[in-house]
Amino acid sequence: MAASEPIIGAMNVKARLFRAFTSSVRPGRDSGWTLLIATISALVLAPLLVIFTAWRQPVWDIWEHLYATVLPDLLVNTAMLSVGVCVASAVLGVSLAWLTAMCEFPGRRVLSWALLLPLAMPGYVLAVAVLGLLDFGGPVASLIRGLFGPGAWTPPARSTPVIIAVLTLTLYPYVYLLTRNAFLTQGQRVLEAARTLGCSPFRAFYKVILPMARPWVAGGVMLVLMETLADFGTVSAFNFDTFTTAIYKAWYGFFSLPAAAQLSSCLVTVVFVVVLLEQRLRSRRRYAESRPIATGTRLRLEGPWRWLALAYACGVLLLALVLPVGQLMFWAIGSFGEEFNGRYLSLIYHSLRLGLIGAVIVVLASLGVAYGQRRRPGPGHRAMVRLANLGYALPGPVLAVGLFIPMIALDRYVSTFLQDAFGLEPGALLTGTGLAMLLAYLVRFLAVGFKAVDGAMHRIPPHLDEAARLMGHGGFSRLMRLHLPLLRNGLLTAATLVFVDIMKEMPITLMTRPFGVDTLAVKIFELTSEGEWERAALPALTLLAAGVLPIVLFMRAGEGAGGSGRRSEKG
Amino acid sequence: MKQFIFVTHFLLVAAFVGVWQTPADANELVVYSARNEHLIQPLFDAYTEQTGTNIRFITDKEGPLLARLKAEGASTPADILITVDAGNLWHAAEEGILQPVFSQTLQRNIPANLRDEKNRWFGLSLRARTLVYSTERVRPEQLSTYEALGDAAWKGRLLLRTSKKVYNQSLVAMLLAAHGEAVTENIVRSWVGNLAAAPLANDTQVMEAILAGQGDVGIVNTYYFGRLQQKNPNLKLALYWPNQGTGAGGVHVNVSGAGITRHAKHRAEAIRFLEWLSSEKAQNLFADGNLEYPVNPQVKAHPDVAAWGTFHASDLPLSRAGELQKRAIKLMDRAGYR
Repeated sequence: MAASEPIIGAMNVKARLFRAFTSSVRPGRDSGWTLLIATISALVLAPLLVIFTAWRQPVWDIWEHLYATVLPDLLVNTAMLSVGVCVASAVLGVSLAWLTAMCEFPGRRVLSWALLLPLAMPGYVLAVAVLGLLDFGGPVASLIRGLFGPGAWTPPARSTPVIIAVLTLTLYPYVYLLTRNAFLTQGQRVLEAARTLGCSPFRAFYKVILPMARPWVAGGVMLVLMETLADFGTVSAFNFDTFTTAIYKAWYGFFSLPAAAQLSSCLVTVVFVVVLLEQRLRSRRRYAESRPIATGTRLRLEGPWRWLALAYACGVLLLALVLPVGQLMFWAIGSFGEEFNGRYLSLIYHSLRLGLIGAVIVVLASLGVAYGQRRRPGPGHRAMVRLANLGYALPGPVLAVGLFIPMIALDRYVSTFLQDAFGLEPGALLTGTGLAMLLAYLVRFLAVGFKAVDGAMHRIPPHLDEAARLMGHGGFSRLMRLHLPLLRNGLLTAATLVFVDIMKEMPITLMTRPFGVDTLAVKIFELTSEGEWERAALPALTLLAAGVLPIVLFMRAGEGAGGSGRRSEKG
Repeated sequence: MKQFIFVTHFLLVAAFVGVWQTPADANELVVYSARNEHLIQPLFDAYTEQTGTNIRFITDKEGPLLARLKAEGASTPADILITVDAGNLWHAAEEGILQPVFSQTLQRNIPANLRDEKNRWFGLSLRARTLVYSTERVRPEQLSTYEALGDAAWKGRLLLRTSKKVYNQSLVAMLLAAHGEAVTENIVRSWVGNLAAAPLANDTQVMEAILAGQGDVGIVNTYYFGRLQQKNPNLKLALYWPNQGTGAGGVHVNVSGAGITRHAKHRAEAIRFLEWLSSEKAQNLFADGNLEYPVNPQVKAHPDVAAWGTFHASDLPLSRAGELQKRAIKLMDRAGYR
């Protein structure tokens, strides 16, 4: 990555973009990469533009009302939630990644993939399971009252710390997976060097390992932040008001899509500024590692530390997975007869298939963008890539509408053209077809795929590219023969994250799916929208089980590719 | 690597070919529904069996469905919009998404206050939003009206669902229609002052909190109560019909309903379908699946529903709920009702 490029400010993005575009129009070497990046960013920009154009008719009366009544509380809530979830996810994700990647303790191998499983747990599902457990009439509170009398203190189920915990337990895997990859590819040599210079393991971790993994940690935390800001399902289960619940209120309550779009544009702007700040802070560093991992030198934890590490990792799993799954199973058994039927096979099939195809598309696009940026680094590309990552920060339904409007316009344009030119009546080509759905997933989840692929790309030292070029390998040949093999872990990480994210995704799936394409997430929506939580437990568990499969497969493939993981244990 | 490229291409092609859809054929209806699949599917199946008309549908929330219909404009495949709550139906009509339909059958089967004055939408099932109380700690004589839930006697005993749910917005809109702005705001404030816990996310949580002893009385839709009761016949909760005195306004009722889209491609068939939905057989299918009341006065409610007793319902036109919804939300925000 070109380290000395000045960082652009938000204000002159347009000018830079324009220059990047105009320079790319000139035929020259590699201009295809610019075209690719520009195309993909344009896909994401289309819905963003739709949302920002809502400002042509500002809905001041709703703004004034929100400002005068609920907005101050919302902002405080949103800030507390974002900071809390980001900090907690970073702590959980990094510490668990360090333990499973760099240390040796009993159960490490199983835990290293099991700790990813909460990724498959949708936040709104965990929220309901936690409410079931902690609520005033739930087993925990009842037990406490049974032990200490009816007036005893019980943990408040609907409090900010509980909501932060719920979101953290479903989102920390982003940080965990990306950071763990960074640790694995970083190798032990830095750690050894630090230890030789007299650092304790913990000091070495803070002084050397963590700073070197920073882009990956930051990437994971950014994903967590975007998910938290856009979340509606989890917070609304607790009736906790955030900025995003105000967006929904403007839309569903005040019937004002423009007001919802205007509020959303503020959310996106905030995320964009945070992205810029974060990248500015680390713009002048390089993170490449010249050699793959040294093997066989995991830090062996001794005595009580081994069991503490085990207990810590198991504790996280217990809260994030075992307890909620227990609650869901309890419900699912009760509703099994009513709920289960042959349609489940088709629901699972649709979920898996959409997840798989979507993951392939998003990973390919992420690879194209990341490689294009590597080949032709520059402010224009970087600006476009940053914009292309913003699709993840929008509340799902808002993005869905933002996508739907340009798709309809394009459909209309194409069908008018075909009608005028050839007298054909093709019907809708995009909307209501799988194509629209996959495009929408690309826009939504590009950020997820890109963070993983780009992180891995940074690990490949630029001088390898140079060497390959000198040996006469062209751009495509270099990508295939040099980068792809080295990127394997990053690509698998990206695929896992996107796959599971698509399976959990609701609003875009609902809005863009063709007739009859029902997924497990759609089924959960059907049941929960009228409060049938107990019946929703079965599809929720099925979704969880279906999500576990790719996670285990991808993790095994990743461990095999890295080579280090397995060999070190035998050695 | 060649394999990888091959597999990728194969998957992409398979994906696009597989999910490509065929255009609508003549003998069918297309429905956009905000009412759940498991509630509407049995109706569609019955209609298809009876008439041979195939029904294709998608479900989503009201907001996205309306946005989608607006964006699709004349090219929409949808013939019928089914949604829940009069406020949403009113809004769809205001947005120009629905077209007026003149049908003797619909006029006859559906009471005037449960359909649009301009015949753009029709209520198809009825639910009451009424009081629920703990039979252990409350005697029904202590209850009287929605307004009286603000009395000092209920301090720390009232439980409410969030004001973000449209059902509460419609309820407050109807109070607004009856009392005007200042009085209604005071009522809502007095409710908030009596809350036993911060407003909950749904009606079931309200009833579970009452069962657990967190509060004693709440406001819920009848079918949520029905569901709990079916699961546990010895439920220590009961419904109470408020505002039954003369001039007290009656119980707040709401509907789920449907309208025909402005650009429907199968208009005549769509009207036939709506008429069928208001008929005796379909009314029971429509209402009983969700323990609601049929709108057609000739049709008897499900026995479990009928067992809750009869009540005098508010006869204000439901479209008022839509007109006043925005003011109701602002009022609730001012009163601190989350």
